[in-house]
Amino acid sequence: MKILVITEQREDKWNNVSFETLAAAQQIAAQTNGTISGAVVGKGVASLAEQLAAFQLNEVLLVEHDLLDKYTPDGFSIALHQVIENAKPDLVLLPHTYQVRDFAPKLAASMTKGLIGDCIGYRHENGKLIFVRQMFQGRTNADVLFTGEPPWIATFQAGAFRADLAAKGASKAPVRPASVELKPEQIRTKPLELFREAKQAVDLTQAPILVSVGRGIKGPENIPVAEKLAKLLGGEVSASRPICDEGWLPMDRQIGSSGQTVAPKLYFALGISGAIQHVVGMKGSRTIAAINKDQNAPIFEIADYGVVGDLFEIVPALIEELEKPR
Amino acid sequence: MKIGVCVKQVPAKDAPLAIVQDGGWIRESDISFETNEPDSFALEEALRLKERHGGEVVAISMGPERTKQTIKEALAKGADRGIHVSDAEFYKLDPLGAARSLAAAVEKENFDLILTGLQSDDQGFGQTGVLLAELLGRPHATIIMAIEVLDGRMKLKRELESGWFQWVELPLPAVLSIQSGINKVRYATLKGIMAAKKKEIATIDRKSLGVPDTPTQRVERIYVPQKTKKTEFITGQPKEIAAKLIEKLRHEARVL
Repeated sequence: MKILVITEQREDKWNNVSFETLAAAQQIAAQTNGTISGAVVGKGVASLAEQLAAFQLNEVLLVEHDLLDKYTPDGFSIALHQVIENAKPDLVLLPHTYQVRDFAPKLAASMTKGLIGDCIGYRHENGKLIFVRQMFQGRTNADVLFTGEPPWIATFQAGAFRADLAAKGASKAPVRPASVELKPEQIRTKPLELFREAKQAVDLTQAPILVSVGRGIKGPENIPVAEKLAKLLGGEVSASRPICDEGWLPMDRQIGSSGQTVAPKLYFALGISGAIQHVVGMKGSRTIAAINKDQNAPIFEIADYGVVGDLFEIVPALIEELEKPR
Repeated sequence: MKIGVCVKQVPAKDAPLAIVQDGGWIRESDISFETNEPDSFALEEALRLKERHGGEVVAISMGPERTKQTIKEALAKGADRGIHVSDAEFYKLDPLGAARSLAAAVEKENFDLILTGLQSDDQGFGQTGVLLAELLGRPHATIIMAIEVLDGRMKLKRELESGWFQWVELPLPAVLSIQSGINKVRYATLKGIMAAKKKEIATIDRKSLGVPDTPTQRVERIYVPQKTKKTEFITGQPKEIAAKLIEKLRHEARVL
């Protein structure tokens, strides 16, 4: 199977979910005796293409154009349509980022193809690729198959695969420029400035450890306890939606279907019941530890380590334990 | 401004879900339905735009007969009329098929603006708005947190990841997918509910639209995922728990 992975960068920085998708592609290629092309899209991104070429893939396509400097759905969709027509892949894989969900359905429809979006995994059975995605807010899974002729386009959710499993190649893959034709009048969106709202906005997706608080934290006066635990663990504080709606923590700390999707190596859930809207944003975490008063709280369905008890007794004890010299 | 807003009816959040035997869909007979929450933000935004700029708000929904209830609720909140694209088996449509049907149903309306929610809480494809734009030949933007209408254009605040935002400008007509939480959604008033009774809901049989029924993908089976993790419960006094948990995180899970 010939696979094209479309990576994502913004202002010369990788979106690391790209490497999760590359890891998925390497796995599929190994099972189907396939090849992988990796595309880097933008302007002045040759150095990123060189970085990508160090990974185990067959070639890197450098998709550069002045009009791809700033993301627009028209620009990306028109350019990638041409890249796909020339490269003729069977399968196009993208990370399910905000940017991808903004253009990938359009790209697929422009080729009269379908997109299976937000997949959490796949199975290769009897020569068929079955994509697994969630429905009903994660309460069910669904097995989905492409019908009709390739190229097939699918996106993988953040946390579905591990970026650190993306293998490096024995030698450097060739970097090939993929020329695209774009005219200014084809681009209807005018991208303006990028900005951050919170002064100290954090990138929770990059935090290795998250200490996350839910309704069980009871009031804003108790947030510092969680912050102290996070600091000792070398992590960041995050929260479920009600905490941010109440204004106890800023919105950019919210995890879940209306906030961020994260997959840290450790997720510490303090007083979080585990409503599905929250769980969809964090269940890809490598290890989940949960403290909750209610032993039937759904968070324990997905936790690796569970403590049924009062977080106001256990968190101070954890802090004390971590402050001990090792 | 003539605004169309796509609203979907989905199983209620607390509805117990049972999957039908062949795994094709859920058993609809015993559960209640409600308006898809993300779409209620799109409806609210449409109503506010009408209040500011004048015009008309049309609520569009596809689904079986029960879907009319969701249109009625939109009318009670202030939408002017409704379009029901009727199909008892609409859940079998793939994202492209659903969007083609909606596009065919609204094409003649020539909306200045079409709004959708971010995604549905049932199938969760999250593609309808973007696909509608492509099929209708309109520009689009998604995950919108603020809308300013200028002269024939809009200035939009898009949410990006990791706390980043971006302003973008788009010409009208256009299609926007609204981010949940952009506004505080209003409730229907008694007066609104009474007024809704006189408002028109046009029904279009989806099959009459002549949309090609060639799906790009097929849902083979819906199922409840197996629990893959076994939770290890740690018990004892708080100090013991803390010591055991940190030990396990350091040496068993090796994440500290």
